[in-house]
Amino acid sequence: MKVKHLLSAADLSREDAIAVLDTAREMAAMAGREVKKLPTLRGRTVVNLFYEDSTRTRISFEAAAKRLSADVINFSAKGSSVSKGESLKDTALTLQAMGADAVVVRHPAAGAPHRLAGWVDGSVLNAGDGTHEHPTQALLDAYTIRSRHGRIEGLKVAIVGDVLHSRVARSNVHLLHTLGAHVTLVAPPTLLPVGVHAWPADVSYELDAVLPGVDVVMMLRVQRERMTDSFFPSEREYSRRYGLDLDRLRGLPSHAIVMHPGPMNRGVEISPEVADSARSTIVEQVANGVSVRMAVLYLLLGGAP
Amino acid sequence: MSKAYLLKGVRVLGGPAADLLLRDGIIAAVGRIGAATAKGAEVVDADGLVALPGLVDLHTHLREPGREDAETVESGSRAAALGGYTAVCAMANTSPVADTAGVVEQVFRLGREAGLVDVQPVGAVTVGLGGQRLAELGAMAESAAGVRMFSDDGHCVHDPRLMRRALEYVKAFDGVIAQHAEEPRLTQDAQMHEGVVSAELGLPGWPAVAEEAIIARDVLLAEHVGARLHVCHVSTAGSVEILRWAKRRGIRVTAEVTPHHLLLTDERARGYDPVFKVNPPLRTQSDVDALREALVDGTIDAVATDHAPHALQDKECEWAYAKPGMLGLETALSIVITTMLDSLGWDGIAERMSRAPARIAGLRSHGQAFAPSHAQVRGGASSAKGAPANLTLVDPQAKWTVDPSRLASRSRNTPYAGMELTGRVVATFLRGVPTVLDGKATR
Ligand SMILES: [Zn+2]
Repeated sequence: MKVKHLLSAADLSREDAIAVLDTAREMAAMAGREVKKLPTLRGRTVVNLFYEDSTRTRISFEAAAKRLSADVINFSAKGSSVSKGESLKDTALTLQAMGADAVVVRHPAAGAPHRLAGWVDGSVLNAGDGTHEHPTQALLDAYTIRSRHGRIEGLKVAIVGDVLHSRVARSNVHLLHTLGAHVTLVAPPTLLPVGVHAWPADVSYELDAVLPGVDVVMMLRVQRERMTDSFFPSEREYSRRYGLDLDRLRGLPSHAIVMHPGPMNRGVEISPEVADSARSTIVEQVANGVSVRMAVLYLLLGGAP
Repeated sequence: MSKAYLLKGVRVLGGPAADLLLRDGIIAAVGRIGAATAKGAEVVDADGLVALPGLVDLHTHLREPGREDAETVESGSRAAALGGYTAVCAMANTSPVADTAGVVEQVFRLGREAGLVDVQPVGAVTVGLGGQRLAELGAMAESAAGVRMFSDDGHCVHDPRLMRRALEYVKAFDGVIAQHAEEPRLTQDAQMHEGVVSAELGLPGWPAVAEEAIIARDVLLAEHVGARLHVCHVSTAGSVEILRWAKRRGIRVTAEVTPHHLLLTDERARGYDPVFKVNPPLRTQSDVDALREALVDGTIDAVATDHAPHALQDKECEWAYAKPGMLGLETALSIVITTMLDSLGWDGIAERMSRAPARIAGLRSHGQAFAPSHAQVRGGASSAKGAPANLTLVDPQAKWTVDPSRLASRSRNTPYAGMELTGRVVATFLRGVPTVLDGKATR
């Protein structure tokens, strides 16, 4: 890969992105065999630096690094000097002294991984920064789409929900555009950023107008506190206008798949029947996460393919 | 008796070469000055240097009392003198807040002790900048500091009723309210200009309308009560339109723009280096263009630095956790020369950086003309009796690269690090006494 860090999905060229997806497929095939560990990153240190609780993402990165035989250090905000108010810079210097080859960082502040990349010599992987990006989520989503549809180029993808506050949406728009898909963002106008017109995506306020033409529908989590801040009037109205229920599922083309980055608010943006339907890729997405993260670590740190 | 200085070959406001004699704190003579007139004066070779009236900053954060680790009255005064300033208006958001006669007098006294520029304290409009109750504006006006400008800068006087009262009340002593125009409900959690770049960076936006709505309200309030309003750090094209309308209507409003809003845009936020985080935020290129145009046509009266020093740890962190603000005093003139000399000319720069701000702040001994009306011919030189010798000499061709570690400010948060600028202050005189000579502070 040409890049040293993975801070934004926009850092990835088409070639890089395809290399990740191809490598992830090999990693997944490997996981099926008896010996699950590869010696690739033996002697290398990967630090998981998590300033937000996200057990799913942390475990996924941890499993990925361990399957590549890396030494993994979990540096969580809880119970460490981080929670005692140590600055990000001081933490960075500590990680530097520990000889971290890669730092996987989850942080509530947008851009924290960019700051970190300026202070450590190792590679920085953005595992979600505030309302900015979550590039490995976009990669695993792309991987999931490719494994279901056999391709990404030319597909029509609807991303539905709280685009304004969604790091998943930002990363997906970049990556899906790079890979040649056609993205439509669907949300109430309050949950779309001012400036969204500059994104390589169409915008619609009307879910029912978009659904019949899609190959993929990706539902975003909508947090309940958005309601109290007047982004929309009530959960009921939100779910009536923008939620994916069985009626809407029936309106989808028969080949279309339903995705959700999790965690879900069942009954708000997605109904339980839809989440558990055969169209849903939600469980696959989690499984694919490990293979994709192995591929990213391998390509950033290991030998290039 | 103070020493006299003969500045030889100086170009007053960029005009033809002449000599300036500074004696007894005033500009004693201008023109071709003979040896007899200049007897005893120290000669300063000012060949090719441009003389400007000492610059006046309407908007400086000196941080003392309270945050002496970031700046002191003395270190900020030194930075100001090196930037060509002879007077600065020290904002009230210190700790304690400058909301009483006691605090403004303390800052005033510290300024006099440092002796590098005239430090004119700005008083808070409301107690503790709380936006609830008027501070004792009259007491601050009557104090030794003689406060005429009041501002809750850092906060907007948001309550329209309180703003109306403040505008009305200070009419009694020809005061002016300097408003930090920011509708707080529209800027909750705001981190940068709301637009294309904020959408991409995932940083909560500070919309232009939050500034414009307050300016529109305030010019109407000022008109209604017949009071003076000054608008701090105007940053958007829409604000310019409202100010243009208000001035055409005869409303007594003045406005300032910062050097950074004349040069930098929100594109700088890419990379998330909080040295570019400032309030109001950096806007777009079309805002920059509108602000430059407004400065030329007089819709915006003055350039003010909003010099905002911050300790290292308040900038070496995540963008969202960083304090907003940038250094400005030592780079302002160079930025204005670099961006505006072609359109403003030297006289225009003198107007926007010295004469207009001196008028707005009511600083009568600053922003003086070099050719006063009482000029008398005396041996080929005209005498400018009474004009205080507050001036600065600029090398208009000098190029320099901004090195944060070499700034006189205690802080390092300049957004211009590594940038090459044109125009450098060589000397500054405060009442005939050099505060800067050969580009170095004299004390
Ligand atoms: Zn302000």
